[in-house]
Amino acid sequence: MKNVKKTPNSYRAAMTPYSIWSLLFVIVPLIFVAYYAFTDNQFAFTTDNITRFFTATSNVIQEDGSTEEVRTYLLIFMRSLKLAVISTAVCLLMGYPIAYIMARAKEKTQKTMMTLIMIPMWMNFLIRTYAWMTILQDTGIMNSILGKFGISPVQVIGTETAVIIGMVYDYFPYMVLPIYSILAKLDVRLLEAARDLGCGSLSVLRRVVFPLSMPGVISGITMVLIPSISTFYISQKLGNGKFFLIGDAIEGQYIANNLHFAAAIAFILMLILLAGMALVKYVTARYVYGGE
Amino acid sequence: MRLSAKIYSGIIFAFLFAPILVLLIFSFNEAKSLSVFSDFSLKWYKELFHDRNTLESLRNTLVLATAATVISTIMGTCAAVGMNKLRSKWYRAALNTVTDIPMTNPDIITGISLMLMFVFVGRMFGAANSLNFWTLLLAHVTFCTPYVILQVLPKLQQMDKALPEAAMDLGCTPIRAFFKVELPEILPGIITGAIMAFTLSLDDFVISYFTTGNGFETLPIRIYGMTKKTVTPKMYALATIIFFVTLALLLISNFVDNEDSRQLQKEKKKRKAKHYK
Repeated sequence: MKNVKKTPNSYRAAMTPYSIWSLLFVIVPLIFVAYYAFTDNQFAFTTDNITRFFTATSNVIQEDGSTEEVRTYLLIFMRSLKLAVISTAVCLLMGYPIAYIMARAKEKTQKTMMTLIMIPMWMNFLIRTYAWMTILQDTGIMNSILGKFGISPVQVIGTETAVIIGMVYDYFPYMVLPIYSILAKLDVRLLEAARDLGCGSLSVLRRVVFPLSMPGVISGITMVLIPSISTFYISQKLGNGKFFLIGDAIEGQYIANNLHFAAAIAFILMLILLAGMALVKYVTARYVYGGE
Repeated sequence: MRLSAKIYSGIIFAFLFAPILVLLIFSFNEAKSLSVFSDFSLKWYKELFHDRNTLESLRNTLVLATAATVISTIMGTCAAVGMNKLRSKWYRAALNTVTDIPMTNPDIITGISLMLMFVFVGRMFGAANSLNFWTLLLAHVTFCTPYVILQVLPKLQQMDKALPEAAMDLGCTPIRAFFKVELPEILPGIITGAIMAFTLSLDDFVISYFTTGNGFETLPIRIYGMTKKTVTPKMYALATIIFFVTLALLLISNFVDNEDSRQLQKEKKKRKAKHYK
């Protein structure tokens, strides 16, 4: 029925402010990142900032006291990637079971558990991170509890473990929620059918539930990986400043007013994330939805 | 729920709530220590309310969040109404993409990109320091609006398309039909969107950190400054208050959502009943 003629003009007018806004404050700023990345302080074209990212070197003191020359920013990037991947994996391993438990619980319990998972997200992440510092530090709560059991204090702050704990804690809900929302919609009859056809509980999980929840798993992984690869506060606080991450590098250059180099790092990070996301999309389309 | 599932959930929730519990408890600590609890006291709360800078930053945060919420809610709702009726596929794809960008891009890139543009434009006009309250407001509206759109758009899609048409057939002008019929239908989405925008703006640190200047300090930025030096339980008192305020907002938005779905179900039942007659 197309008898009622809509007034596309007024709808178009309703969108105009947002269209202009996103052009000015979403698209143009991204162009500025590229512009700054490829110019020097006088805004003359240069690729120095980009090459600096790949070639800058510095000396790192090894554990045995010897020094080794490393590619500074490549090392930082690989470290960020490593910590982010580990944190994402931990989030997935911890989060999948809880999402599954939630999806199988009574409806009322589901709602309560969902709220409970969301609550820590509403606490400022600076404060959450700082609270972990209170718990984990050498004279902190964890060590005083361990001490009561006669266990000698453990040093956690300033290790990679502390940074990973912080990342896992901060981004955990982003892993659970998408997986849960897929699992909750799962057709129970499929599981019953699998069981009727002789599947054991574990193989129902492995061969039916997990493959069907892949879209949730993938969006959970991207939603944890992206913020944890680009974070800059967690590593400063929980890593005691020892583990400089890519986000710290950008912030450091901003503080030092090297805007062009900061833009170059941000530009490279953005390209890598875009490529990664395109790859994920391709792989999902091919292997998850495309069937075997 | 099986026992193993209960134990596992218990462990996960203990992990999630341990830091919050620590904050709550130590905000009432008499001593300055953040690891040994000596005695209950409200000392840090008192001190907090005498801290001018913190109160000032709280005021700044509220002003900013309110302004950002009003602008992003109005602009986002209008955009969603338009996007819902959009025929051009190309325009729709473009708008969906720009709505996705601030949500998927890491905050640090959003922050840096806006900052570079503000600095550049400021320099063009000869300003030495171009970052201030206004740049911060522009940034906040930019990252809040997509969340409003994402809340309002589904409500528009769920709405019975015949309703505004019926109103217009009965003599309403399109604009009047929108305010009388469509707006009440999508109001729950607008309210949840506005609450999300408000909490996101209150909570944001990374983007604000790059786009503020000229001494305009929001609460998260003040907290960042405080955690650079030794921290007293005063910050924990502040965190506790913020925690309960956001918790209240979250509960309100849950309530609005529940009421809405309850009403929707009632109507569905009514419609079904009529259908079977």
